[in-house]
Amino acid sequence: MSDHYYAPDHLKAFGTISEGAPELGKKFFEYYSAVFAAGALTEREKALIALAVAHTVQCPYCIDAYTTECLQKGSDVEQMTEAVHVACAIRGGASLVHGMQMKEHAAKVGM
Amino acid sequence: MTSSLSSRRAPLANPVEQLATLDASMTGRASFDETLRGAGWNALTPATLEIFQINLGKLCNMTCRHCHVDAGPDRSDAMMTRETVDACLRALDQTSAHTVDITGGAPELHPEFRYLVDEAHKRGKHVIDRCNLSVLLLPRNAGLAEWLGDRGVEIVASLPHYRQRNTDAQRGDGAFEKSIAALRLLNAAGYGQGDPRRMLSLMTNPAGAFLAAPQSSIEKEWRTALKRDFGITFDRLLALNNMPISRFLEWLIESNNLDSYMSRLVDSFNPAAITGVMCRNTISISWDGRLFDCDFNQMLDLDAAPASAMTIETFDFSAWQDRNVVTRAHCFGCTAGAGSSCGGATA
Repeated sequence: MSDHYYAPDHLKAFGTISEGAPELGKKFFEYYSAVFAAGALTEREKALIALAVAHTVQCPYCIDAYTTECLQKGSDVEQMTEAVHVACAIRGGASLVHGMQMKEHAAKVGM
Repeated sequence: MTSSLSSRRAPLANPVEQLATLDASMTGRASFDETLRGAGWNALTPATLEIFQINLGKLCNMTCRHCHVDAGPDRSDAMMTRETVDACLRALDQTSAHTVDITGGAPELHPEFRYLVDEAHKRGKHVIDRCNLSVLLLPRNAGLAEWLGDRGVEIVASLPHYRQRNTDAQRGDGAFEKSIAALRLLNAAGYGQGDPRRMLSLMTNPAGAFLAAPQSSIEKEWRTALKRDFGITFDRLLALNNMPISRFLEWLIESNNLDSYMSRLVDSFNPAAITGVMCRNTISISWDGRLFDCDFNQMLDLDAAPASAMTIETFDFSAWQDRNVVTRAHCFGCTAGAGSSCGGATA
């Protein structure tokens, strides 16, 4: 067992998570593969979405994995940075738009 | 911008040192030959010989960080002579190879380049010029694009990405701008507009320790972006993995990426990519007339199996075909992912 959180080797060993619940693991990884296959969106577009979401959920495994994946699907750092800004804007915007609730409540209880 | 390993007298300028580094990086991993056998190939055997790939030498106007040839402006030490060019043509005449693939360095800087193109063209061969693009902007090459077009020469032009950042990171500051200028020049000469006599193929390779993008999935995006941003058209996109040799190997070591890159290549081994690898249908000839299975083996001094007594001067077609391809750890670069060869993806 590692003496710190988020050991890089965990990503490589991710598949072993199925050992505790093989059927669920199998279903998850099949679903996961299907999600990232080209469909109405290209694999490159899906990788950029995943990269942005990885920053929102702040998963270091996913950030490393989808940084490489985006590069391997043909994106460059400028495009990937814009994707991260999309995540940032939505996350920041989500905080800010809650300010509407603050405003309404302040108006209700204030003079 | 870097300089050649050779000019810096770096240890990795020696192919023996490169092979030792590669072999050490494979500790604990199955060898390429073992992996091949696991995929049902006891050895890599030749297919029909289709391509004469002639490396005219290491002289280049650029010094890219990933260069597997260790080419550069200081490499005029390694240049093919007219006698060796003629020996290549005599050997070509022994075969039914349909393509003469001319590479370097920047082959357009070689004094025998136009002679070789003319002679191959006269023989009815499809001729490929592996072009770094910026060389077309040199004053000495004014009119070269039209001259090549008149002979139906396909240009395979290196362009890591359709945007500036990744291109300049790999090929040096200003490389992207020059590439775009050269592509406009090629378009003006009729290249890249669907004319099979003026084929413009773009060759992309990763600017880092990761695999090439699948060429079929990104070609449409490249086409749209280059047209939209620069008014440039091209005929096809080829994607090539970087081989862990020469200056790219040096970068992998310095950036502490060698182990993870080798893992990536080995873990991405794709049996479906084997059949189409270039070493099976190509003969690679070095500036000094030695024979190799591919340009990468050439740079590692891994002479082709029957070649201990054979050079291009003594080329014997049947002996050439009766050989097994020489393989080492770098071969995982050609079988990773979608596969990778001078003609792009193989799977």
